Amino acid sequence: MRRNLIFILMSIEIMLNGTGVAFVAAGSRWGQPDGQIMFLFILAMAAAEVSVGLALVLRLYHLHHNLDADAANEMRG
Amino acid sequence: MLGLLWLLPAIPFASALALAVLRFSRKQVAWIAVGATAASTVVSVLVTIAFLSAPPVAHAYTQVLWTWIDVGGFRPEIAFYLDPLSLIMTLVVAFVSFLIHLYSTEFMIDDDGYSRFFAYMNLFVASMLTLLLANNLLLLYLGWEGVGLCSYLLIGFWYRDPANGAAGRKAFVVTRIGDTAMVIGLFLLFHDLGTLQIQELMLRASQNWHIGSPVAVAAALLLLGGAVGKSAQLPLQTWLPDAMAGPTPVSALIHAATMVTAGVYLIARTHVLYSLAPAAQFAVALVGAATLLIAGFSALTQWDLKRVLAYSTMSQIGYMFLALGVGAWPAAIFHFMTHAFFKALLFLAAGIVIDALHDEHSIFRMGGLRTRLPIAFWTFTIAGCSLSGLPLITAGAFSKDWIIWGAWSGPNGNAGLWIVALAGVMLTTLYTFRMIFLVFFGEASSEVTKRPGKAMLIPCFVLAFLSIVGGYVKAPFARFLETVLPWTEGAHSVPITELVSEVIAALVFLMGVYLAYIFFLRKRAYAAALASSAAGSALHQFWFSDWGMDWLYDRVFVRPLVWFARVDKGDFIDGFYAGVARMNELAWRILSRTETGRLRWYAAGIAAGSVVFIAVVLFL
Amino acid sequence: MEAAFYIAAIVAIVSTVLTITRSNAVHALLYLIVSLLAVAVVFYAMGAPLVAALEVIIYAGAIMVLFVFVVMMLNLGKRAAITEGQWMQGNIWLGPVLLSAVLVAEVLYLILRARLTESAGGVVDPKQVGLALYGPYLIGVELSSMLLLGALVGACHLGRPVLEKAEGRYDRNSDGARAHSGGNLIRAGARRAPNAP
Repeated sequence: MRRNLIFILMSIEIMLNGTGVAFVAAGSRWGQPDGQIMFLFILAMAAAEVSVGLALVLRLYHLHHNLDADAANEMRG
Repeated sequence: MLGLLWLLPAIPFASALALAVLRFSRKQVAWIAVGATAASTVVSVLVTIAFLSAPPVAHAYTQVLWTWIDVGGFRPEIAFYLDPLSLIMTLVVAFVSFLIHLYSTEFMIDDDGYSRFFAYMNLFVASMLTLLLANNLLLLYLGWEGVGLCSYLLIGFWYRDPANGAAGRKAFVVTRIGDTAMVIGLFLLFHDLGTLQIQELMLRASQNWHIGSPVAVAAALLLLGGAVGKSAQLPLQTWLPDAMAGPTPVSALIHAATMVTAGVYLIARTHVLYSLAPAAQFAVALVGAATLLIAGFSALTQWDLKRVLAYSTMSQIGYMFLALGVGAWPAAIFHFMTHAFFKALLFLAAGIVIDALHDEHSIFRMGGLRTRLPIAFWTFTIAGCSLSGLPLITAGAFSKDWIIWGAWSGPNGNAGLWIVALAGVMLTTLYTFRMIFLVFFGEASSEVTKRPGKAMLIPCFVLAFLSIVGGYVKAPFARFLETVLPWTEGAHSVPITELVSEVIAALVFLMGVYLAYIFFLRKRAYAAALASSAAGSALHQFWFSDWGMDWLYDRVFVRPLVWFARVDKGDFIDGFYAGVARMNELAWRILSRTETGRLRWYAAGIAAGSVVFIAVVLFL
Repeated sequence: MEAAFYIAAIVAIVSTVLTITRSNAVHALLYLIVSLLAVAVVFYAMGAPLVAALEVIIYAGAIMVLFVFVVMMLNLGKRAAITEGQWMQGNIWLGPVLLSAVLVAEVLYLILRARLTESAGGVVDPKQVGLALYGPYLIGVELSSMLLLGALVGACHLGRPVLEKAEGRYDRNSDGARAHSGGNLIRAGARRAPNAP
């Protein structure tokens, strides 16, 4: 089980990539460009997510001096 | 020039908005607030000049700005209506507001809520001018509620003391009772006549209703209800003495000079309606007569300087109602004008005294201030003489004599009302000179810590001047108002002439001064002995507590209501809503457990959710 | 081509599995880059050359470089790897595996039910993609530009060094302020005078 924020982000990248593969495969199956376009959108989204996510990781590391996702639970109810 | 009319309410409104929203230094606040009222005064003077030099057709000018609402034949406009009546009222209100704003810049200088105070005051002026200039009753009602709101805000201005907040609430709730009656009256008028535009309404009323028709009486009585609430007349007068919890300039402007006379204006504005309903008009006269006596007796027993003045205000508005009731319309408006001058001055001078003695309100702890606050003494005395009607010299004498004469000779007048009015003169003189003798004569009993500056003195001088010369314009005043408010003298034969009535009033005044001199200056023991005798002290207590009105209302209305509310607290509906609240709280308790702050749980939640979602899509 | 596809696919799957099982962040990252490159080859084999190029440039290039930077900046040493290894122990992974297994089962069921016939696809060239992108998908392009701008601003904001202090201060003070009003904001100030006049 991953608790490291960096690994969690990497896993998210893998999942996004997986959906991208599915889209491109589907687009190529019907010979349409739409699948590739969806992949482009996913790409843009991933770029945005990674930049903000990594900035947050840096900030959290400054605050807690570790990368434990469970340590960052200030907003618990 | 008449086109500038809309600026009258617009300028103070804009200034109130600016003061409420933006931040300024004290100096800027004073300049903006006083500047706005000064601009309003200038505009009203310009409008007056234009109106007098080239009177518009039918002596009335209407400025339609835009249509407010347009639904199903109901089409009130934002429109201002200027005729001699609203012109006089506007001029007086704008000018007195300007003077009192000027006074307040110094009076309130140490207060934390300086900007807030002037924002409220300017908003009040804007609302009052809207009320006066409104072309239809709905717009008038907007101004009516606006001044009520400002009155509430300013009574509770020093909100840190809960008693002030309670006084504000009392004023708001009590006037609201009258306002509700007024709204019902507006509904009735619209239902029967199909418009709220005042002039059109009056025209249709006189065409559709015959004299004494029940609808007219009902409508007039309902409007009277509103007027009674706002003008602190019997039986809704209990809020005004408590309203003195506000700062003194507020008492001067709102609770003496302008707002409380809105009821007088409303009745004068709709006087056609009252002419159609003689019963209602006579009720106005009775309310006025009763209030002027009751308030006069109460004023005699108060120890708080401002409360004496408050009861005096009620009593003087009672005179105005009496004048309206007997059909002496212009006399009421004339008395409104002189009253605005001298009563504002009384409050301002009282403010100087109270300020100088470090917030001392009790007249028994003042004394001997004649030499130490000479300007306050002279202005207060001038205003007091005007209030009690020192003949030939002061403005108050002219207006009051007119009302007294009208009480007998007016279309609805009779000898009984005339005697009541004379008794009122006696009471007025007694309590006024009681104040003057107790505050300014006798032995000094407290230290003067503060002396008024220019900004506080100039308004006093101007108002003192007007309190004297204001009376000499009686003849042109009556002629100017003739087109709006007819004055029919000698509707029935009276065994005395106007001159005799005036002489008798003057004699009553002199007698009052003499009695006050005996009781409150020369032989104070007499007054003390009178007040301490069994009957005297009971009567004193009775009058002091405003004839037990507060006690009565508390027992008859407030306590049963509170009791009922307490009993009704746990009923079905309350239980239902409390149950809803409890359910929510329970749900919150459960759901907040899931908010662990752990990313992995959230991820697991998302995964489980998508499993379920896909399963639902697949198998259903 | 067929062979290239299958080889690349196997490489992608293996490297991805290695990525998620490493306890050293740098190792995992390297496997992830391999996985992304393999996916790029897969794209090319499926007849999507544009996307394949972008995968290499943006994913394996830009985004992964970001990751590498961050990992280098944090300078996680051996201890971090050991902690990571400890966290990976235990039966705690049972739940997620179960969930994922159900998901995979559902997806397999879907694929099998669809009874796919032989692929009809050929090469979808960049021109087609570009035309569609700036035709019917124009609004999507605009939206992603806004998203990227938002991310830019957000990252800039989070990266400011002064922020930490201010945040800490507000954090503490707001709690204090809340406690001051007795916590009951509805009833605050609703005290009644005992005998109001």
